[in-house]
Amino acid sequence: MPITYTSGEQVEVYRFSLPVTIGVPLVALIVQAYIPKYVPGFAVYVDLPLLVTIFFAMARRNPIAGLFTGAIIGLAQDMLGHNLIGIYGIAKTVVGYGASSLGVKLDLENAGARLLVTLGFYLVHSAVYFTVARALVNMTQHWSWPHGILAGLVNGLIGVLLYFMLDRFKQRT
Amino acid sequence: MESVLGRYRNLIILVGVLFLQVLGLAVQVKTGAERETRLIRLWAVGMITPFERGLVWVQDSTGNLWHNYFYLRGVRAENRQLKDQIEQMRLEQVRLSEDAAQAHRLQTLLAFKEQFVSKTVAAQVIGTSGSDLSRIVYIDKGENAGIKPDMAVITADGVVGKVLLAGTNEARVLLISDQTSGVGAILEKSRLQGVLRGTANGEIVLERVMSDEQVQPGEAVLTSGGDQIFPKGLRVGTVTNVANGKDLFLNITIKPAANLGKLEEVLVLTEKQEREAVTEDNGRVRAADILAQRLPSVPEKPAGDAAAAGTTEGVSKPGTGTGTANATSKPSGTGANPQAGVLKSAAAPNAPTAKVTPKTASLSTPSIATQKPKPVNTQTETKPQSAQAQTSTDPSIVEQKPAPPAAQPEPPPQDNSPQ
Repeated sequence: MPITYTSGEQVEVYRFSLPVTIGVPLVALIVQAYIPKYVPGFAVYVDLPLLVTIFFAMARRNPIAGLFTGAIIGLAQDMLGHNLIGIYGIAKTVVGYGASSLGVKLDLENAGARLLVTLGFYLVHSAVYFTVARALVNMTQHWSWPHGILAGLVNGLIGVLLYFMLDRFKQRT
Repeated sequence: MESVLGRYRNLIILVGVLFLQVLGLAVQVKTGAERETRLIRLWAVGMITPFERGLVWVQDSTGNLWHNYFYLRGVRAENRQLKDQIEQMRLEQVRLSEDAAQAHRLQTLLAFKEQFVSKTVAAQVIGTSGSDLSRIVYIDKGENAGIKPDMAVITADGVVGKVLLAGTNEARVLLISDQTSGVGAILEKSRLQGVLRGTANGEIVLERVMSDEQVQPGEAVLTSGGDQIFPKGLRVGTVTNVANGKDLFLNITIKPAANLGKLEEVLVLTEKQEREAVTEDNGRVRAADILAQRLPSVPEKPAGDAAAAGTTEGVSKPGTGTGTANATSKPSGTGANPQAGVLKSAAAPNAPTAKVTPKTASLSTPSIATQKPKPVNTQTETKPQSAQAQTSTDPSIVEQKPAPPAAQPEPPPQDNSPQ
């Protein structure tokens, strides 16, 4: 499974048009809110806003842009729920920063690498959410490795498909 | 210094952004999240719901086109089946209405307060929070339709949740499976009360039931009305598992009656009223009357015995020609048709009828009249306000004393009625 280490000069840095920058996260939030109406397990195993965060962060390869992308998407996701605003925000900020930092170091253009990275960041996201929810907000949370890995794999598979679709919107800098 | 800032610029910004969000969380925890963030949430919902409303509209239109025009196979068979079902339900309705009338009578006796749903608003579910950690759904009606926070949301199957936040044209509904929800519940058979809560994994459990109580899987769970949100008696779900929990309480898992995973249309209880239970005719009924209905009736005495013994109840004496009619002392009921002023004995169809005023008639259902035929041979009209008829302290219960008939050689029984 080729995960190529590259220098900063070798990696391609992409940018996105404004409609894509705003529209894709918005569509992800809408679909994430809409599909569980018909598929109850969707929200349990799939986190489209997280996949979009990872995609933009890895493509831009800019940690600051990545963390702000994650923060905005996460906060928007918080606003749609009834829990305190900021829990998803913090988790996705960390993921956005991590994914873009990793994108600087690694070339993550192939499917296998993307699957593994998505699985890893899903677990990071869950761990940060779990920690913040339990330690800061005192919410009742249960950690389950089987659920985390299974959901990570599902997200990874969907992410691979989604990333290839979103690759069309990439613009070279 | 500048080089340090430049070198760790990304990390410093990360820490700064995280710090701001943690600060925001702390403020929300301290001041109450819902109040402080209400506007932000409404704004976010207002951004998302138009798109979701559009998606629902497109889906409904497509579905209607398919179901109404193309997919009509089996409609005839289904129609026939539904008609059969309606017939069965009509029969069931008759039985249930009798039970309901009886329950109302008993509630009246005990001066129970009853809550009833007086107004509902139908709404369509247009979306969810998209997170399994926040089990809420969005509906397409809001303040413009009279929806306010803390209103109960139900379906025909059972309880769904309560309104958490109401926007202008949309509202956020907290499902009963959410961790932060709580519903006062009662087990249908054992009448044990508890609090229904959601868990982190989406299950619903009934808390606060002592472990020495006997609860069987399959028992239905209803709302108890104790939470002041849900009226009493709404179906919540069914017990699926009973296990020992912590702190001497049982851990009772409930399967919700409403399909919370696939909600489409819901009803919001926008108005509920509390009133004392009343019967249909507002007549007062004694407990003895209701009990008398349930007791086996005493067979009629032979004419001769009855005549010899006389009566203080105005029991008719066949063959004696007294022609009395008992309007009240025999088992009576409420809920009678107020217009049923004439009671006719089914056993003696040719017998004269006893005309009673509507107030008296309300105490005697036609069905009861047919159960206890009184072979009267004169026509008597009871007048509740008549001084001679009043023997009971209850003004609504009128006891008709027989007037001395011309053919009766014996004096009438002792008359205690006021002159």
